Amino acid sequence: MSTLPWITLMTLIPLAGAVVIAIAGRKPSEGTRSLAFVFSLIPGLFALLLASKYEQTVLASRPGLGAGSRSMQFVERHAWIPTLGVDYHVALDGLGLSMVLLTSFVIPFAIAATRGLKSGQGAYFALMLTIQAALYGAFTAMNFFHWFLFWELSLVPAYFLVRLWGGAERRRAANQFFVYTMVGSITLLLAMVAVFLVSNTFDFSALATAAADGSLTRNLESKLGASSLFSDGKGFALFIFCLALLGFAIKVPLFPFHTWLPLTYSQAPTSTTMVLTGVLSKLGLYGMLRILLPVFKEQAAALATPLLVLACATILLSTLAALAQKDLKSILAYSSINHLGYCLLGIFALATTSQAPGKGMEDSVAMLFNGVSLQMFNHGIIASALFCFVGFLESRPEGCPNLENSGGLRTRAPLLAGLMGVVLFASLGLPGLSGFVGEFLIFKGTFALVSWAAILSTLGLLLSALFHLNIIQKIFCGPLKDQWSQFSDLTLEECLMVLPAIALLLVLGFWPQLLVSLTRHFTGF
Amino acid sequence: MIRYLWLIPVIPLLAACCSVFLGRNRWRASAGLAIGGISLSCLLSLAAFFSSLELPEGGREVLNFSWLDFGAGELGPQATTLPTLRLGIVLDPLSASMLVMVTFISTLIFIYSAGYMAHDENPGRFFCFLSLFASAMLGLILANSLLLLFMCWELVGLASYLLIGFWFHKPQAAAAAKKAFITTRIGDVGFFIGILWLYSETGTLLFYDGGKGCLEQSALTALVAQTTAGGMAVSTVIALLLFCGAIGKSGQLPLHVWLPDAMEGPTPVSALIHAATMVAAGVFLMARVFPLLDADVAGAPGLSPALTTIAWVGSITAVFAALVAVAQNDIKRILAYSTVSQLGYMFLGLATGGVPVGMLHLLTHAFFKALLFLGAGSVIHGCHEEQDIRKMGGLKDLMPRTFRTYAIGMMALSGVPLVFSGFWSKDGILHAAVAWQGSKWPFALGLAGAFLTAFYMTRQMALVFFGASKGNSTTPRNAAAGHLVSDSRSHSKPAEIHESPPVMTTPLIVLAACTILLTFLATPVWPWIESYLSGHPAHFQLSHLLNPGTLGLLLLSTVVVFCGITAGWRLYGNPTVDFSQAPDPLLVHFPVLHRWLTNKFYFDEVYEAILGWFLKWFSGLSAALDQKVIAPVVGIVPICLQALAWVSRFADEFLVNPGFDTVCARIGSLGNRLSSLHSGQIHQYLAALAMGVVALGMLLAWISQ
Repeated sequence: MSTLPWITLMTLIPLAGAVVIAIAGRKPSEGTRSLAFVFSLIPGLFALLLASKYEQTVLASRPGLGAGSRSMQFVERHAWIPTLGVDYHVALDGLGLSMVLLTSFVIPFAIAATRGLKSGQGAYFALMLTIQAALYGAFTAMNFFHWFLFWELSLVPAYFLVRLWGGAERRRAANQFFVYTMVGSITLLLAMVAVFLVSNTFDFSALATAAADGSLTRNLESKLGASSLFSDGKGFALFIFCLALLGFAIKVPLFPFHTWLPLTYSQAPTSTTMVLTGVLSKLGLYGMLRILLPVFKEQAAALATPLLVLACATILLSTLAALAQKDLKSILAYSSINHLGYCLLGIFALATTSQAPGKGMEDSVAMLFNGVSLQMFNHGIIASALFCFVGFLESRPEGCPNLENSGGLRTRAPLLAGLMGVVLFASLGLPGLSGFVGEFLIFKGTFALVSWAAILSTLGLLLSALFHLNIIQKIFCGPLKDQWSQFSDLTLEECLMVLPAIALLLVLGFWPQLLVSLTRHFTGF
Repeated sequence: MIRYLWLIPVIPLLAACCSVFLGRNRWRASAGLAIGGISLSCLLSLAAFFSSLELPEGGREVLNFSWLDFGAGELGPQATTLPTLRLGIVLDPLSASMLVMVTFISTLIFIYSAGYMAHDENPGRFFCFLSLFASAMLGLILANSLLLLFMCWELVGLASYLLIGFWFHKPQAAAAAKKAFITTRIGDVGFFIGILWLYSETGTLLFYDGGKGCLEQSALTALVAQTTAGGMAVSTVIALLLFCGAIGKSGQLPLHVWLPDAMEGPTPVSALIHAATMVAAGVFLMARVFPLLDADVAGAPGLSPALTTIAWVGSITAVFAALVAVAQNDIKRILAYSTVSQLGYMFLGLATGGVPVGMLHLLTHAFFKALLFLGAGSVIHGCHEEQDIRKMGGLKDLMPRTFRTYAIGMMALSGVPLVFSGFWSKDGILHAAVAWQGSKWPFALGLAGAFLTAFYMTRQMALVFFGASKGNSTTPRNAAAGHLVSDSRSHSKPAEIHESPPVMTTPLIVLAACTILLTFLATPVWPWIESYLSGHPAHFQLSHLLNPGTLGLLLLSTVVVFCGITAGWRLYGNPTVDFSQAPDPLLVHFPVLHRWLTNKFYFDEVYEAILGWFLKWFSGLSAALDQKVIAPVVGIVPICLQALAWVSRFADEFLVNPGFDTVCARIGSLGNRLSSLHSGQIHQYLAALAMGVVALGMLLAWISQ
């Protein structure tokens, strides 16, 4: 690998693009979108290059997320704020790489699928590119300080995208989204400041090491806990864990912190929703894997059971709520919660492993970790593709169909029905399409560790099939209603937009090894 | 051979992929692709079958390959311990016989479809789905891994969903497709949990893996030795969970409700998927995992709790579905209930007599049930989409070829003795059931089912083919809903009943011939198929037939079947009664019973009520929880924040700001006052200076004092 700072370049290009677009795109023109698309695609090529150079036969010499292990590659490290011990430290491992690849796919996809902007094209695409840069930054950061900057940075453009280009209730949705997520960020920051005070580092690998030998918990309880509300310091670490958890739980979201999501998803412009569900939701899961579990190992294990209950609640209640919805966007929003629920299930099952390591545990850990990574990636593709179809439907003069006012659209739009059908089946977890593999691995890993949670969650598989098929039945099948008699099928351009996503679903469905080759080097916390 | 077996499912898959890209008007190309693909698979399957004949007794060929590798790279120290998900294919008598049956019947039905669907709107898509189905089904058969089997199982379900809903503009078809998918998925949830459990216990999902597979002795011993909370062996619980999947797929009680509705699909689909092949996948699955079912601590073969459950479910379903079939009027629904009933027999045979008994009936049934469905399709086609048997009649002269082949199928299904394969395979089941140690009730139920089967099939024959022709008065049933279908099939003389074209009748003749020819491989005298399936060489022994137990049972079942036929003929064989007007004789004699039967024991209504209520209530509750409980609670947070902001603003404006302002104002006024001293008049300054000097002088004097 040459000495080019690949990761930094990759992060800076979309930012530079954002500036260019913001200036050049002030006059409305068709070229703006193409320019933005190109700018979002270039770092994507970087990501592909990195993936191809990622050494696949890493020696798993040192388990852990530590930057010292060889699974961390393309490391760039420079002193940044020495007084806080903060380095500019970026690197990629399999998990980060798969998330970077996902970002590189979803953002250009969303930009290409953007339509119906009445004003401010330049600003819209500039904000999109800013999100892309922020996500690259967050997925490559190896230091909490640095990570947190990008985590917050991703929120600001998202807020403006919803606030300025959203639907009728955009003001309420944007404010709720921003304030809610902000509350989580603040508690997360508080928690990490407490951790910093006792460990004097923000470095992920250093923190993980401190957590692994138990010194972090001890210090938290003795140094900080004793001087606080907790008389003897006991439980203080748990309290700090809950603060940090809240930040991630809101972002993902975990039941009962999910109510901002349906409103935001349905009010945001559709291409923004593609980004929100495709990649921003992964930021929370990524944070859990990268920060929460390694740093709060003991606490996560102690609270694993209630957390698993919440994960099951997320899975089941979201599918039930989806069944009650009539509006396509709301159904898909709840479906998104449901799929992220499987990831949460896997992550919390992973949390149980650190407490009582036993025989065969490595298998389950590897399975869960790969399963969660796969599911994160696949959900990103599936959910963004589904919302892309919603965008296509919305752009028709008849407006977006819902479950009550439509039917028989397959007669008019066989191509749309067929392609959207493929994605819907991927979403319900049909084998042969990518959704299945991740779910199977998660369920298998969870079953071996906490069987009740896996069994309870399988009901989610059944119920989610029901609402997916409801969509097909109510919108595409049955006699065509008069109102839709002039409905038009996908254009060539629209087909070209979704075909890469569908191809990816098929390829990963048959050959999941492609992605697992990247993530499998992870060998435990 | 095993190295080329993967081609068998892959060829139809490629055909399906290619025909996706063919336009509507090039459907003949996609039909050609589908038929060519499946014929190739059929030839390969025959080759596989012949190579399986050379396998040693109880032997099999397997080919396993790694699909998903979690190991941390080849060089990783833990690479050996980290899991690898492996899939595989297996060639043994079980898979070889299924391969031949499925590919052969598929080929015939594909050819038949080329005639049946010729006037449809979009036959190309139909052949694409058919090829997809064939591919998934063949994969299911070949799988040497429960995971691969499950994946193909779900894909088969998808193909079934697509084909049931093929005429998607009919709301009933769309609803039936969804119902089929969801109902089978209920069973699949159990199946899925079973897979997870088996994987967790044995660490592999491969059936056979050189001694390490989950169906091999070491794994089974371990499974039997462990018990769960309820005191059951783990093997039993897993077996029952896997059986849940089979219940769903094979339409057993209580998940049978989807199969009759699935008849909304085109008739070739009903024949291929919902009679001959896919629905038998449940039986096949049970045959595949039979070692697991049979494993039990108690030791007595055939009496494990899992097998006992299967025997009961199978026998009860056999009678229940036969009862319901008695009072149905749709020609395809009668056959659908008959399929449910026959699948029950297969489970009964499998549980009481082992794999060969159940599989033999599966194989023979596949041929004659495909024959019956295709015959029904020919009848429906000839009668212009009429499906109500009461409105038919006298077709035996109008459709002679269909009539003769249908009669062969009917006699095989009813169990008319000697030359029909169905008689022998059903008799084998009854024989196993009577010898079963668990209970005699399954046998009695099986016998009752045999009577009912003969009865309802006679009824159907009598109403459809005998009696007076009502051909000219029939009107298309689907005049409103299926206008596209009937329009697309408009013939030059719409009212005339006609025999179907040779492309449709030839498959009927071939299937009829097979139904009879199979007999010679299935009798107790030379039980070639059963011996092949159990891996022993077959011997020609007349004594098997002549021992008193066998012969007695043969006579008993023959008597029962003839009673059924006679009863059916007595009630429905009267050519002077027009059943489209007159009430059903059963309705006259047993009104209450008849009402229950026509309404299928109200299963659909009860499910609808319970599940509909459950889903409505819980989904409403969950949505309300979000909007009415959590959202307001969450809403408190911004309200609190806002309150905080108000307090802060209040403090700013009324405490901090006013205080600050006051101070500022004071400073200002002080400055004003001070600035008045700044008058610019020298004498004032001098006076002040003088006063200062005096004051300082006095101060010094005072200090030094």
